[in-house]
Amino acid sequence: MNKTIVKALVPLVIFLSLVILLYNGLGKDTRLLPSALIDKPVPKFSLPSLLNDKIIDNNSLKGQMYLLNVWGSWCPNCRIEHPMVTEFARQNIIPVYGLNYKDEDADAKAWLNQFGNPYTDILVDLDGRVGIDFGVYGAPETFLIDGNGIIRHKIVGELNPQNIQNELLPMIDKYKNTIKN
Amino acid sequence: MLAEIGQFTLVFALLLSLLLTVLPLYGYFTKNNSLMHTARPLAYLQLIFLLVSFLILVSLFILQDFSVTYVWRNSNLELPLRYRISATWGAHEGSMLLWLLIQAIWTGAVAFFSKSLSRTQIARVLSVLGIISLGFAAFVFFMSNPFLRSIPAPFDGNDLNPLLQDIGLIIHPPILYMGYVGLSVPFAISIAALIGGKIDDTWIRWSRPWTNAAWGFLTFGIVLGSWWAYYELGWGGWWFWDPVENASFLPWLAGTALIHVQAVSEKRNAFRGWTVLLAILGFSLSVLGTFLVRSGVLTSVHAFASDPSRGVFVLTLLAIYAGGALFLYAIRANKLKSQGGFQLSSRETLLLANSIIFSVACFMVLLGTLFPLFFEAFGKKISVGPPYFGSMFFMMMVPMTVLLPLGMYYRWQKDEMKRVLQQLLPSLGVTLLLAMVIWFMFKPLNLKASLGVFGASWIFVSVLLYFKQYKGKLTRAVWGMQIAHIGVAIYLFGVSMTEHTDFEIDSLMLPGEVKTVQGYDIEFKGVEVKKIENYQASQGHFVVSKNGKVVAEMNPQKRYYPKKGNPMTEAAIDPGFTRDLYISLGEKINEQGGWAVRIYIKPFIRWMWGGGILMMLGGFWAASDRRYFRHAKQMKQKNIDQYLKA
Repeated sequence: MNKTIVKALVPLVIFLSLVILLYNGLGKDTRLLPSALIDKPVPKFSLPSLLNDKIIDNNSLKGQMYLLNVWGSWCPNCRIEHPMVTEFARQNIIPVYGLNYKDEDADAKAWLNQFGNPYTDILVDLDGRVGIDFGVYGAPETFLIDGNGIIRHKIVGELNPQNIQNELLPMIDKYKNTIKN
Repeated sequence: MLAEIGQFTLVFALLLSLLLTVLPLYGYFTKNNSLMHTARPLAYLQLIFLLVSFLILVSLFILQDFSVTYVWRNSNLELPLRYRISATWGAHEGSMLLWLLIQAIWTGAVAFFSKSLSRTQIARVLSVLGIISLGFAAFVFFMSNPFLRSIPAPFDGNDLNPLLQDIGLIIHPPILYMGYVGLSVPFAISIAALIGGKIDDTWIRWSRPWTNAAWGFLTFGIVLGSWWAYYELGWGGWWFWDPVENASFLPWLAGTALIHVQAVSEKRNAFRGWTVLLAILGFSLSVLGTFLVRSGVLTSVHAFASDPSRGVFVLTLLAIYAGGALFLYAIRANKLKSQGGFQLSSRETLLLANSIIFSVACFMVLLGTLFPLFFEAFGKKISVGPPYFGSMFFMMMVPMTVLLPLGMYYRWQKDEMKRVLQQLLPSLGVTLLLAMVIWFMFKPLNLKASLGVFGASWIFVSVLLYFKQYKGKLTRAVWGMQIAHIGVAIYLFGVSMTEHTDFEIDSLMLPGEVKTVQGYDIEFKGVEVKKIENYQASQGHFVVSKNGKVVAEMNPQKRYYPKKGNPMTEAAIDPGFTRDLYISLGEKINEQGGWAVRIYIKPFIRWMWGGGILMMLGGFWAASDRRYFRHAKQMKQKNIDQYLKA
C-alpha cells in the first residue's frame, strides 16, 4: 500500500473506533448493568430538604438502611412508578428517601400534593450535582443503601413488583444486619 | 383495511428502493443502458408509494383509527384536528416514515433536476440514494412500523405529548428532516463520483446547489427548534446544548464547512479530497444524530422513544454508509490529488481556515456530546454542561469572525495581504465607530458582549462596503453568500445582547401587585381557570405599561392535560424588535391568590432567529444561481465524451 492510501485510511479508522464506542454505549445503557458505585460508599452530599428547613447529609442518614429514589416532577415515568413507591413505603420495610432531581421546588410540591408523598424525607438536588456523583442517568432510579452507607443495589427505571420481589427484597434481607439502632 | 394498504405501499417502496439500489448500478458496471435508464422511473415510483403510505398514516390519525397501535398511542378523541395531523410525525415510528418520505422527495428532486447529468452519472447518484432509502425503509418496516395493529382496539387513545401540541412542532420536524436528509444528496454525489473514480469540477459544481438548499433547510429547522424551546419549555432559554439539539447542530457545522470548501474545490481544483470527506461527514452526522436520539445511549430533556435494538440497527446503517464511504474514499485517494496551486496569502487559505474552524467546532461539540459515553466506557460517569460548550464555542467563533471579511476580499490563488488590509481599512474604521455607538447606547457591556458587538459590526460593515465596491456585477451565488453573512452579523449581535444584557426576576406576586422592571410596570391581575380545547388552564392576566401607557396584556398559562396528567408551562411573550417581554407562571403559593411569577426581558432575541432566517435565505438564493445549471448543460457533451472514454 502506498502512502496516500495509508493516510486516507485514517478517517475510516477513527470512524470505526467511534462505532465501537457507540456500540459499547448501547450495551452499557441496557438496564441490567449495575452501577459502577455498587458496593462503594455513598458519595458525600449535603442537601436541603424539600419538606422542612433541615439540611440532610451522609451523617443524618447513617445507621439506617434506606432506598434513595431519584425523581422529578418533569419525569413521566416517575409518575408511572409512583404507586409502586407508595406501596413499598406503606409496607414499612425500610424508609424511602426521595432525591428530587433537577426540579423546581414549587413544581415538586405541586406534584406531591397531587399524587401524595410516600417519602420519609426529600433531598433537593436542584442543579443535579449530587445526581452526577451518584451516576444518575435519568429519573427514575433507585439506590439501596445499607446501614454502613454502602450502595448495595441500583435499579434504573421504574420500580415494579418483579424487581422489588427479585432484586430489592433479597438484598435488603442480605444486608439487614448492617442496620444499627 | 386502510392500515394494511399503508403497510403494503411501504413494502412496495422498500422493494422499489432495493431495485433502485441494484439495477442502475449493475447497469453502470455492465454498461447496460436500459438498466441505467430505470433509475429515474424507479425514483419517481418510490416517491409515489411512500407519499401514499404517509398520507394513509395521516388519514388514520384524522379518522381516529385506534386499532392502529401508533395512532392509539399518540392521539385521542379530544385532540384537535391540526394536532392529529401533526401527531403523524409526533413520535418515533411516524417521524421515521416522514424521514423516509423526505428521502424519497430529495431522490425524486435529484432525478428531476438532473437533466444535465449524463446517464452514467445519474444512474450512480440515484443508486446511492437508493441504498440510503433501502436502509431506512428496512428500519421503518422491521423496527418501527407505524401500521401495526393492536386488537381489540381501545375505546380511546392515549394522547400526543402536550409539549408537541404546538405550531412550532407541526413544522419543525419536516423542515429539519429536509435539512438532515438533504445532506444525503452531496453525500450520494460524492460517492457516485468515487465509484467512477474521478471527481472533476462538474461534479462539485453540480453538488453545490443541493448542499446550499439542504443547508438552508437545516438552518431553518434549527431556528424553529430554538424558537420552540424558547416559548414552549418556559425556561426563557433558546439553546441548551442538549444531545438532541447537538444532533442537529453537528451536521450544520459540517455542512457549513462543506459549503465553503466546495467553493474552492469547484473553482480552484484544490481540496477535492477534503470536500469529499466533509460531504461524507455531513450526512454521517445526520445518521449519527438519529442514532443518538433514537437509541437512548444519551439522556436528553427531549427524550425520544428509546430502544437499544433500534439503536443497533441505526448504528449498523451508520457503519455501512459512513464506513463504506470512507473505505471507498481510502481506495480512491490516489485520484483525489489536488492540482491547483496556491500561495499562503490567498482566498484558498482563508476558506480552508473556515472549514478547519467549523470542523474543529464540530469535533468539539461531538466530543462534548459523546463525553459521557466515553467516560462510561471506563466505568466513570460524567456530565458535560453548557459551560463547556459555551466557552468552547466562543473561542471558535472569534477567529471565524475576524477572518470572515478577509475571506471575501482576498483574491484566489495569490494576493497581497497589504492590498486586502488597505481595502478593509475604511471598513475597520466604520466598524469601530459603529461598535462604539452601540456600546454607549447599551453600556455597560461585559467583555464577551463587547467582542460580540464588535464582531457583528465588523462583518456587517465589511459586507456593506463589499456591495459598494462590487455593485452591479454580482451573481446570485455571491448575493446569497452576502445575505447569509449579514445573517451571521445579525445573529451575532442578537446573541451578544440576549446573553449578556438580559434581565430576570423571580418573585411572588399577589393580585393587584405591580412590579417595575426596566421601565415597564407589570401589574398582576390574577389567575383564572379556563377549559380550552383538550386542556384546562390556569391563566394569569398581566397588564404591562410604560410611562402610564399600556404596552401589552399578557396571559401566561399553566396547562393541565387530563389525559396524560402533565402540567405544562405556557409562557406569555410580548415580542418586540429590540426586546421580548417574557412572563411565565410558576405555582400557586398561597390562598390569597399569590403566584410565583418569572419575568424576563430578553433584548434583541428576535435578531438571533432573524439572523438564522437570513442565513437560510442566503443558502436558498445561492442555490438558485443559474450558473450551476447552465454551465452544467454546456458541460454535458464534454462529460459524455469523457465517460464514454473512461
